Amino acid sequence: MRRLDPRAHLVELALLAVLAVAPVLLPPLGFSHDLLSRALNWALFGLGLDILFGLAGLLSFGQAAFYGMGGFVAAYLLVSGTIQSVWLALLVGTVSAGVLGLAVGWLAVRRIGIYFAMITLAFGQMAYFIENGPLSDYTGGENGIAGVPVPVLGFGTYAVRITAGLPMYALLAAAFFLGFVLARRIARSPVGLILRAVKENTGRVAMLGHDVPAYKLAAFAIAALYAGLAGAMLGPFQSYMPPDAFALETSGQLVVQTIVGGVGTLVGPLVGAALWLWLRDNLQLIPGFGPLWKLVLGLAFIGLVMGLRRGICGEILHRWRVRRDAAALRMARARTAAIEAAGGTPATPATPVAAEVALAIPRPAIDGRAAEAEIALEAQGLARHYGGLKAVDGVSFRVRRGSIHAVIGPNGAGKSTLFKMLSDEVAPSAGAVLLFGSPLTGSGVSRAAQRGVAKSNQLNQLFLGLSVQENLRVAALSRSRGRFRLDLLRPADGRPEVEAQVAAMLTVLDLTERADTPASVLAYGEKRRLEIGMALATSPNVLLLDEPLAGMSLSERAATCALIRRIGRSCTVVLVEHDLDAVFGLAERITVLSEGRLLADGPSEAVRRDPAVQKAYLGAVQADAAETRESTHEPA
Amino acid sequence: MPSTAALLSQAFNGLALGSLLALVASGLTIILGTLGVLNFAHGALFAVGAYTAFVMMQATHSFVLALLGGSAVMLIVGFAMERLVIRHFYARPDEDQILVTYGIGIVLVEGLRAYFGGNSQRVPVPSWGVGATKLGFMIYPTYRLQLIGIVAALLVGLYLVLYRTSVGLVVRAGIENAGMVGILGIDVRRTFLFVFAVGIVAVGLAGMLYAPVVAVTPDMGASFMVQSFVVIVLGGLGSFPGAVIGGLIAGEIISLTSAFDSAYSEVMLYGLMALVLVARPQGLFGTEGRV
Repeated sequence: MRRLDPRAHLVELALLAVLAVAPVLLPPLGFSHDLLSRALNWALFGLGLDILFGLAGLLSFGQAAFYGMGGFVAAYLLVSGTIQSVWLALLVGTVSAGVLGLAVGWLAVRRIGIYFAMITLAFGQMAYFIENGPLSDYTGGENGIAGVPVPVLGFGTYAVRITAGLPMYALLAAAFFLGFVLARRIARSPVGLILRAVKENTGRVAMLGHDVPAYKLAAFAIAALYAGLAGAMLGPFQSYMPPDAFALETSGQLVVQTIVGGVGTLVGPLVGAALWLWLRDNLQLIPGFGPLWKLVLGLAFIGLVMGLRRGICGEILHRWRVRRDAAALRMARARTAAIEAAGGTPATPATPVAAEVALAIPRPAIDGRAAEAEIALEAQGLARHYGGLKAVDGVSFRVRRGSIHAVIGPNGAGKSTLFKMLSDEVAPSAGAVLLFGSPLTGSGVSRAAQRGVAKSNQLNQLFLGLSVQENLRVAALSRSRGRFRLDLLRPADGRPEVEAQVAAMLTVLDLTERADTPASVLAYGEKRRLEIGMALATSPNVLLLDEPLAGMSLSERAATCALIRRIGRSCTVVLVEHDLDAVFGLAERITVLSEGRLLADGPSEAVRRDPAVQKAYLGAVQADAAETRESTHEPA
Repeated sequence: MPSTAALLSQAFNGLALGSLLALVASGLTIILGTLGVLNFAHGALFAVGAYTAFVMMQATHSFVLALLGGSAVMLIVGFAMERLVIRHFYARPDEDQILVTYGIGIVLVEGLRAYFGGNSQRVPVPSWGVGATKLGFMIYPTYRLQLIGIVAALLVGLYLVLYRTSVGLVVRAGIENAGMVGILGIDVRRTFLFVFAVGIVAVGLAGMLYAPVVAVTPDMGASFMVQSFVVIVLGGLGSFPGAVIGGLIAGEIISLTSAFDSAYSEVMLYGLMALVLVARPQGLFGTEGRV
């Protein structure tokens, strides 16, 4: 697990060097030891926000609540004499902030974007009013807590008091450094990868079997712990715990600093804090300009958000990466252009069609009587009504284990809605879905995925900013790790079975050469294959394919049909498809829907000859234009 | 237990605060619902409104003229904000919109501080609102009663614009489904400009009307903004009735709680918000599925 390559730790070593020389080189430039210490405290606070916002995409305006919580708990325990050791008080303060983070986060992560920002802001204010009101006997209200002792290192005669100035700088630098190393590990862990995927496409992460709210809550709690530690250190650092630690202003300043420095970079919070504090201290010194400093910084911030949204470090890092990857990206784009110019012809399949798709991660076990069940998936009277519109109306059918089963029907027949109920993405208005005889409906999409139902979508839902292999890794991790696991210190690519699965998928999908290409750069046909591949990489028992051939060229269709046939040798496949030639070529049994109702269900040949089916299809050709009603209910 | 008279007077205070909150929150919510932008500069614009009233009062010595002139100023501020900044952010992520409006908020507040200084200013109560009115069961400041009436009239006016005009129809359709309105070929950009400016005038008027009651400072809008966020969470995103009812509920909770123990007045409000989030995450008047 431990990599010994010193290059892997280059960033950490560089940071260590910068922190070591900063107090020597920077003071002549106006960075006093006190300013540097304050910047480090803000930066430690900001690391949490960077994980929450930079990694998971959740913008919180309430971080002050946790900063204040950590700070006041630690300060109160020390000043009241409850705890003698400053170190222990720091620990208790940090943990209290984490607990508050879990409580607030539990409410906040139910919502995203605008709502999330509003809720965190409101709870931040709530904490402020609690500190100032009901708890003012303990917190000193508007006066704060004075006389917080400094930490002592060592015992007896060897004890060293960590006083203001250089010793305090060293302590805060050490705390920031450890926080940084940990944050970097977290960003590179499976949790970090999943959070990045959540930022790209929350819905798909859940479809792959990850417990999205739990991961968001974890990010929230981690951010609260960072804030709590930073807050707890504020009292001993200033020998005073100010009440404005809880203020809205504090949350806002943290956000601004982190954005200015560069969100998602982990060094951004430090650069942003140092710059902000330096500007504040030095602009105020200019005669006649003093009161304007914040106005000027505010204008600069607007300009930054409008033009340089990545922030200082983010912009530098981005340019450096663009330069580093320019050649690779150019080649990848050229390849995409070549594939698309050739009508999407894929390379010849690397393995013969007869072979099974080899999965490195075992499928979920089917226990008890279900192990002998002949029926893999059963729809029992499924219905979904949207207001007066009956998209699906009482549909029942059975999918035999190990078969390839197709669902067909004219546009607007309710196929996609039916599929969403099969994977429990959409709750049925009536009826139920059984997986190997036990009820699946109501378990939710991520639990359904964990039980072995995977789905590829009609419209690609890829993590476009992630590379091809990262896309597959997010999928494979769900089977190997379960719905939720807090393996923060393990590298994301550190599970041999997951890596074997990713490699196998790359081969099967013929995307091995594209492993490191961002998904956004892929050709259309490749994206479609990746969409299917992600579902397959979860090692499902039942694979649902919603129009797998949509938009593909003839040769791509043939290759994809061959792939589906191979998958079908080891896994139950249910597919919705408009290409009837492909359907009759692949499927053993076919279910036909028309206007939300079951029209026919049986072996492929029987369905093909069914006069009612023929009529529905022939009739549908004429009425096709009028039949697009249902499509408005499908997300575009 | 406080006396009945004290409770009644607090209930009236709650009505005054609640109606102001309703006005602030409806400005916020129509912008949010139609444009999809959460305006973090809303609190600063409340303060801008109050300062506008201060300047206009000094110039004209008439509160009515101050309100009219102030509305014109707020309209221009709204147009300028939308044209110069907000327009460029419709296609960008929610978070970017929040950040840029937060930045605008900083600039507005600091601009007020730089120009007027950090000390508080006083706006006199209008001549027709001086003194107290006997309500039979208690005596209550006249201007606060008038304030409730004026805000109620403004809310009715806003209701008529939203529910009785063709522009309002577009706005409400936009709240339901912004994409569809565009597809129908309606010039969304002009509607957006209009809606943004109306929202800014609403919050500006709230600031102007509140100015005679309190000390006018650059930071005076911050708590109103946070409370109006709570109102929107309570009432449901983008819902005009939700903003009005939610505002009144919030105002009463703050005022009535402080009749018992003022330390808890804000805490109770946020406690209720937490409760609504658990029991009915879409808010009292919100619809399921809208984030």
